[in-house]
Amino acid sequence: MSDVFIAFQANEDSRPIVDAIIADNPEAKVVYSPGLVKIDAPNRLVINRETIEEEIGRDYDLQEIHLNLVTLSGHIDEDDDQLSLSWDH
Amino acid sequence: MSVDLQAKQIEPLRNTFGHVAKYVKGNKPASRYEEATFGAQPSTNFHYRPTWDPGYELFDASRSQIVLEDWYVLRDPRQFYYGTWAMARAKQQDAVESSYQFVESRGLLDQMPDDVKQIACDVLMPLRHVAWGGNMNNCNIGAIGYGTAFTAPAMFHAMDQLGVAQYITRLGLALGETAVLDKGKQDWLEQPRWQVLRRFVEDTFVLTDPFELFIAQNYALDGLLYPLIFETFMDQQLTQRGGPAVAMVSSFMNDWFNDSARWINAVIKVAAAESDANKELITRWVCEWTDRAQQALAPVADLALGEQADDAIASARMTLDSRSNKIGIS
Repeated sequence: MSDVFIAFQANEDSRPIVDAIIADNPEAKVVYSPGLVKIDAPNRLVINRETIEEEIGRDYDLQEIHLNLVTLSGHIDEDDDQLSLSWDH
Repeated sequence: MSVDLQAKQIEPLRNTFGHVAKYVKGNKPASRYEEATFGAQPSTNFHYRPTWDPGYELFDASRSQIVLEDWYVLRDPRQFYYGTWAMARAKQQDAVESSYQFVESRGLLDQMPDDVKQIACDVLMPLRHVAWGGNMNNCNIGAIGYGTAFTAPAMFHAMDQLGVAQYITRLGLALGETAVLDKGKQDWLEQPRWQVLRRFVEDTFVLTDPFELFIAQNYALDGLLYPLIFETFMDQQLTQRGGPAVAMVSSFMNDWFNDSARWINAVIKVAAAESDANKELITRWVCEWTDRAQQALAPVADLALGEQADDAIASARMTLDSRSNKIGIS
């Protein structure tokens, strides 16, 4: 078992994204460092468009996360509704 | 010599203002919406009662029969504060502009058959005055309502209603000359089929309970009017009869109606869930005003939809009733 992670710039725009990730991934750990929010999760981490929409109260295009995305690790599986990171093939 | 650079994380002692922190769970940083909304309602130290209504304080929750422990529970799911609201509307305005450009550069409105143009003007132009009524009423909710979470979106809604009135005006000017608008006003004031609706709108002007006014205007009247006229008549009927250009330049109305319905539902749902007394009162208001709105819209539907009017009204009513069920009112 190893961790996947994703990191965002620490700002107003990424806060609801981080909140949505925490809501959807109970095992995720959030590490705040200056200017950066890094989220580690064992094996798998998923970002759901719907959860983000609930947080921000408007329609959301998942591609918007790239405006604040800094880095990530794990194999990416993404479509319009969700983006997940894992080590599965 | 080596310089050792280290990043150090400084934990803020407070994440937001004290009056906002009360409403934000778990000592988290507050969103802009929360900071712009919570704790903004003036609540104490009103030295004088308003001379125009000395029975109440300047801001007085008891103006409404609805009783809430805390009026900040009426959150707006769209999370509008001035900034987000203005940006959302600016985007929609850009979309409408480009629709107008498309329609006007191809002369699509001119190509509409004359009878379709005529019916579009006859039905839509008097609705400018209904939208203006919606502006007045939501301004009034903003003025006599209590709690920024409730009154601020009401004020945005008031300006949106004014926007709807302006879009209808612009459509009228694109379809004909100012005479079209004058004719609409004359119909609104004199033609018998508009008088029931006009009475409804004018009766809501004198409602003194902001929450009742909210239900009468935003839930009952708009909840039937928009599906009936802007969805069934404009988007479906006019489009089939050769006037899709009208629906194109008026797309704001349906988008806005569906989006703002989320806010209206949330307000009513939360207020009704707080106590049985609230629920009873809200249910009564919803029934009364929906029945009245349905009667008021019948002659208008008859003008717009002819033979299909009864079916269309029944289906609009069913939609609104199922909306009521979903938010816990029946």
